[in-house]
Amino acid sequence: MNDDTGIGEGSGSFPATRASAVLAVRSESAAERERGLAVLLAAYWRPAYKYLRLRHRASNEDAKDLTQAFFARALEKDFFASYDPEKGSFRTYLRACLDRFVANETKAAQRQKRSPGAPLLSLDFEDAEAELARAEPADGKTPEQAFHDEFVRNLFALAVERLRSDCARRGKDLPFRLFERYELDRDPDEKLTYDRLADEVGLPVTQVTNFLAFARREFRRIVLETLREITASDREFRDEARRLLGDAAG
Amino acid sequence: MRWLSDVTVRHLRRVAEWPDLGETKYRLLDELGRGGMGAVYLAEDTVLGRPVALKVVATGAAGGGTAERLWNEARVLARLEHPGIVPVHDAGALPDGRIFYAMKRVDGRRLDELAPDLPRLERLRAFQRLCEPVAFAHARGVVHRDLKPENVMVGPFGEVLVMDWGVAKALGGADASGPPGRAAADSPAVRTSEGAVVGTPAYMAPEQASGSGAVGAAADVYALGGILHFLVTGKAPFDDAGAAARARDGGRAEPPAPRDVAPDVPPALEAIVLRAMALDPGDRYPSVEALAAEVGRFCGGERVLAHDEGLPARVRRFAARYQTPILIVAAYLVMRAVLLLYGRR
Repeated sequence: MNDDTGIGEGSGSFPATRASAVLAVRSESAAERERGLAVLLAAYWRPAYKYLRLRHRASNEDAKDLTQAFFARALEKDFFASYDPEKGSFRTYLRACLDRFVANETKAAQRQKRSPGAPLLSLDFEDAEAELARAEPADGKTPEQAFHDEFVRNLFALAVERLRSDCARRGKDLPFRLFERYELDRDPDEKLTYDRLADEVGLPVTQVTNFLAFARREFRRIVLETLREITASDREFRDEARRLLGDAAG
Repeated sequence: MRWLSDVTVRHLRRVAEWPDLGETKYRLLDELGRGGMGAVYLAEDTVLGRPVALKVVATGAAGGGTAERLWNEARVLARLEHPGIVPVHDAGALPDGRIFYAMKRVDGRRLDELAPDLPRLERLRAFQRLCEPVAFAHARGVVHRDLKPENVMVGPFGEVLVMDWGVAKALGGADASGPPGRAAADSPAVRTSEGAVVGTPAYMAPEQASGSGAVGAAADVYALGGILHFLVTGKAPFDDAGAAARARDGGRAEPPAPRDVAPDVPPALEAIVLRAMALDPGDRYPSVEALAAEVGRFCGGERVLAHDEGLPARVRRFAARYQTPILIVAAYLVMRAVLLLYGRR
């Protein structure tokens, strides 16, 4: 049994992983604060950028500047240190901070002053902009829902990348390739069965199902570990996990 | 970084939620459905080589005693061996910590989906079969507390199965010969459910909706009345707004009369529904058997006890019940009359 992923009520345990990044940004240690911000940045910058583009109707350039400035300011002013887990999820808090930040920026008309000569953080905005162009319209979604959806997309994309690198490091490229073929690349209308996949790769069906089970288990573990890392408390982690996976029918 | 479409994200949410069966004897095949407690998956028991349905509690489902409800359901099912109740094969915790139980895979359709395709008499026959496992459970001291068409499956041969026993309750003095290790009376859901409002508002008895705690077999009689209401009118006794209003007033609202919803419902059938759904438990049928027998009387063209019919109605029912003999006698009389007329010529 792997307790790392044991968030069911049977074991009821927290995944044993690194300390919460949300708590790390409040650490006395500069290195720990930096690590915390790096984790939060990876998890949130894309959702934040897309949120600014879609919800605040910011132009491409403005959204880039605002995203850069928001996270730079968060680092500088310890925005995230005042997060209180009792008052709601970190994701909701971050979005509220972002809304407030945009309102202040607009009001003070400081964008020209803020605009730096060189980027403060290395973020791939072109990639994010290309994703926006491919995304389904977010019409009818509440701001909270739209932000959450982008957060989930980013979380899963990060988890897929980590699964790919973990598998490569452990010499398990084939399970990842099967996962990619069966879970990521499959056309929704394609009737891909385990038998057909086994034929495609020339392996027995049982081995294909075992490899897929391994990859799914690892994917789930990575998702939950990442979620654990970007939440501040057991309760928040459980709430987020339930919203992310427990309501997967939605 | 790889871009994921909305379709892929939705799919990955399911994939990440799929149970880890790595250290069990089960092999995951497919997802069958989802509910409040978690999801049901189709799996293969690799030891016995048979398909099973695995019910697994949802990830992060710490609130509301979901795991306790799943345990409760497994234990209740294990002690109720009846053809109308799905047998449980196994229960435990998965490697990822989530609680599960394995049960027989049920093929069939939910009653709410199937009912519109059936003629009224077949719907009523299905209702009678539905009453059998519920009556059996009551005899074993177990009340379902969440009976509704969505929790009833009808198999390909017309067999009716009652599902979702997660909020079932063992009544005081019930048979305590439950599964080994824990007496039925100690089951957590039995304890925690006392006084808690559980069930589905549209089919919930007033005493259940009010959370007074005095919930017994009569609450299931009420819910069965609600199902009968649905089967004869095509509509749940309370819509969403009505159910919400009931939740506010402690379930004291009267259900609409079936003939107000569907005027072609016979008055006797309406009377059965209304008696089963009486606000006061003492005014309902005293048992599920009594309710089933009453529906049986209606189906057989007999007089139902809940309905005080007038002479014209009695004649019509008599005529309908003895239609064939009456027609034979009438034909005979007509023939005799014709012969007499011709004989006189």
